[in-house]
Amino acid sequence: MSSIILSTTIRLLLPLLLLFSVFLLLRGHNEPGGGFVGGLVAAAAISLYALAEGVEAAHRILIVNPRQLIAGGLLTALGSGIIPLFLGRPFQSGLWLPHSLPVLGHVGTPLLFDLGVYLLVAGMALLIVLSLMEEE
Amino acid sequence: MSNLLFLPLIIPLATAVACLLAWQHRSLQRVISLIGAVFLLLAAAVLLVTVQQEGVLSVQAGGWSAPFGITLVADLFSALMVCVAGGMGLVVAIYALADTEAEYERLGYHPLMQVLMLGVCGSFLTGDLFNLYVWFETMLIASFVLLALGGKRAQMEGAIKYVVLNLIASALFLAAVGILYGVAGTLNMADLARMLRESESSGPIPVIAILFFIAFGIKAAVFPLFFWLPASYHTAPMAVTTIFSALLTKVGVYALIRIFTLIFFVELAAWQPYILAIAGLTMVIGVLGAVAQDEMRRLLSFHIVSQIGYLIMGLGLLTPLALGGAIFFMVHVIAAKSALFLATGMVLRLTGTTELKKLGGLYRHQPLLAGLFLVAALALAGIPPLSGFWAKLALVWSGLESGNHYLIVAVALLVSLLTLFSMTKIWAAAFWKEAVVKGATDTLPPLSRRVFWKMAVPTALLTATTVLIGLWPEPLYALCMDAARQLLLPNAYIFAVLGVQP
Repeated sequence: MSSIILSTTIRLLLPLLLLFSVFLLLRGHNEPGGGFVGGLVAAAAISLYALAEGVEAAHRILIVNPRQLIAGGLLTALGSGIIPLFLGRPFQSGLWLPHSLPVLGHVGTPLLFDLGVYLLVAGMALLIVLSLMEEE
Repeated sequence: MSNLLFLPLIIPLATAVACLLAWQHRSLQRVISLIGAVFLLLAAAVLLVTVQQEGVLSVQAGGWSAPFGITLVADLFSALMVCVAGGMGLVVAIYALADTEAEYERLGYHPLMQVLMLGVCGSFLTGDLFNLYVWFETMLIASFVLLALGGKRAQMEGAIKYVVLNLIASALFLAAVGILYGVAGTLNMADLARMLRESESSGPIPVIAILFFIAFGIKAAVFPLFFWLPASYHTAPMAVTTIFSALLTKVGVYALIRIFTLIFFVELAAWQPYILAIAGLTMVIGVLGAVAQDEMRRLLSFHIVSQIGYLIMGLGLLTPLALGGAIFFMVHVIAAKSALFLATGMVLRLTGTTELKKLGGLYRHQPLLAGLFLVAALALAGIPPLSGFWAKLALVWSGLESGNHYLIVAVALLVSLLTLFSMTKIWAAAFWKEAVVKGATDTLPPLSRRVFWKMAVPTALLTATTVLIGLWPEPLYALCMDAARQLLLPNAYIFAVLGVQP
């Protein structure tokens, strides 16, 4: 089951893949990428780790249950839609910070929505993959 | 103010998220979903009152203007349907407290039910065809899982039929949406109405209309595309079957009425005889199927099909009175049929069976339950002064008024008679006749008092609704007639969305 090549490689790959998934999330506003792809890449990284080190280890580095990732993602996306309601704008209006931040660039509620999608997709994919692996 | 339109979507979604967060705590999930259901009903009621006072409401998500953005519209018809859906959500949430098995709740019954409500409310409120597709899918995915939850063998058999037929319907729906977009260049329903409602029926438009009719027809279970419904509905737990029978097919009928009165009006007027034929066949085949059944849930499932025929009849007659009657009928049948399903659930819980051959003598044991079932059954058959009478009266009246629709009127009346026969059969067999084994029902283990009332109160609420609508039909009747006039003269709808007079 355990292969030394895979587990050595994954240790190097895991942070890179997670970083790449965040990069995809951030560049998604106007270029290819976004929360959906980013979430899938993150889920793929964790699944690879689970293949190398076992499901238990994957749950350990995840810290939270995939189900909580789904709930958190939905909550973030819903929150991004509700914030404009308090300012008297329609649901899901795009609101932006006046100045762009270093690294992140222009930040607003659409990014928050994308973050919600990221968490939701990662949680959903991991829930499926880890449940299937546990069943064996 | 128009942000009010978002509330029926935000509330179920927020409730679903809260239930997911409380995944490990079943009793907390129950409380959350009950609170969510109460808030949804309140929001829907406020929405209905607001629409009554201020006319058609419309709002664009994100503030992107009409034909490009995500449009939500509430006219009287959709606001009334959201209100009915909210009421059913609350009633079934109370019932589910007693009826849902722990296994179901552990697998996520509560969040799924909220997602189902989200899809139903979204379908009623959307003003864009593609969004309608998305809301349909939201609703269907939740319903697939609810139907198959637990994975018993009979359930899987029903669920597979349900999934396959509904996926075919979705594919047809999506194809129709795509072709329509290619022809018209927009999917905003008000914009489409402005372009197509008055124009000559030509080119690919009738084909697109037929595709929509088939797609929604499968979902609404009209003849000859109804067979998936009696094959799958009876396998799920009672709370799930009830909410399916109350809302899912009705969303299909709602979409049919909405699309055909708003966009394909020319086609609808041209196809009147065919639509009436389909309505008549749906009624007759449904009720004949029901007469042949000996199991309560299957029997009631066939009655769902039969009642859909009356709704299609209202669409086919296409007068304000007929459409108003169809909307009235929709409210009536949701209340009456759900009361019957909930009462059947109590029978199942009391005796462990819903086979008419094994039942009998329940009247002596449970007079209250027998009474509730009888009232709901008579309401469904259309006995005055219950709600079904006024609904059928409006439909029959408008059929006679228009002068050349005597056949469909005769069919509707005959089917009412057969419905009455089938309802008396089920009531007599389950409650009135001697118990099959003498004295068997006397030794039934009684339900605990708390379980009994959690099941009886929702059933009684629905039965009381049918009696109330029957004794005092005027407010609802006036509301339905206003809704029908809005459907037939959609200037206010188009103006609310696009801001221009058509």
